Amino acid sequence: MTITDFTPYSALVGGALIGLSAVVLMLGNGRIAGASGIFAGLLTLEFNAEFAWRLIFFIGMLLGAAMSGIFFFSASSISFHGGPALIIPAGLIVGVGTVLGSGCTSGHGICGLSRFSLRSLAATCTFMAVAIVTVFITRHIMGV
Amino acid sequence: MEKFTALIAGLLFGAGVTISGMVNPMKVLNFMDLAGIWDPSLIFVMGAGLMVTLLGYRLVFRRTAPLFARSFLVPASDVLDAKLLGGAVLFGLGWGLSGFCPGPAVASLVFGYPQSFMFVIAMAIGMTLTRMAYRRMMPV
Repeated sequence: MTITDFTPYSALVGGALIGLSAVVLMLGNGRIAGASGIFAGLLTLEFNAEFAWRLIFFIGMLLGAAMSGIFFFSASSISFHGGPALIIPAGLIVGVGTVLGSGCTSGHGICGLSRFSLRSLAATCTFMAVAIVTVFITRHIMGV
Repeated sequence: MEKFTALIAGLLFGAGVTISGMVNPMKVLNFMDLAGIWDPSLIFVMGAGLMVTLLGYRLVFRRTAPLFARSFLVPASDVLDAKLLGGAVLFGLGWGLSGFCPGPAVASLVFGYPQSFMFVIAMAIGMTLTRMAYRRMMPV
């Protein structure tokens, strides 16, 4: 465990940029800016028009992260909880869960809630609650 | 133009998850740790993201179609089924264990930590296996 500083201003700016991304993609292309859907769509390797915009979005994401990492974010502040034995199963579960549940924090939590989707509301409440309970159990009961 | 739009949206998304600190799993875990070393920053990320998207979508959906595509492609279903909720439970579990959700995990690849690559590769395998299993059970 490492204490992280409360950073309201960068949180607001970052959150607004994520929202802007969702609005731009809906206004221009009529698509939901959901990270898991876009990434999972790339993995199908069906090279159609959908694949093209998803690949470009993906490359844009990496460029956007790299550029803002130069000016507005210190990559050395990143720290992880647990080693490969925790990270790899967690990644697997997130992959399975986001495909079954048709979305993640961006697709359900930002885009879905903003268009008043009942499914996204149910999914967001569920994954937030489960994540909070998981952290409580691992940190305060199991002590890892 | 739809490709240019996707590039701009991707750039904004990558910058957003980075500047907000969501690419740092410890920050996300500390947000979820209400009973411990709580870092409330992510409320501001979600809050600002929702405000901009709520307002933006209101304006966008006044149009009958997007600028560069034939129609808006949004899911219309309102059915709460076991697949949706079970998936959300699994996603919440993986998110709470690692502090990574898909967008920030992918964006964090550029910072070169091996954990990011492990997570994203495992996530890709999980997504692919699920899709294959689902196709086998429910042939279209």
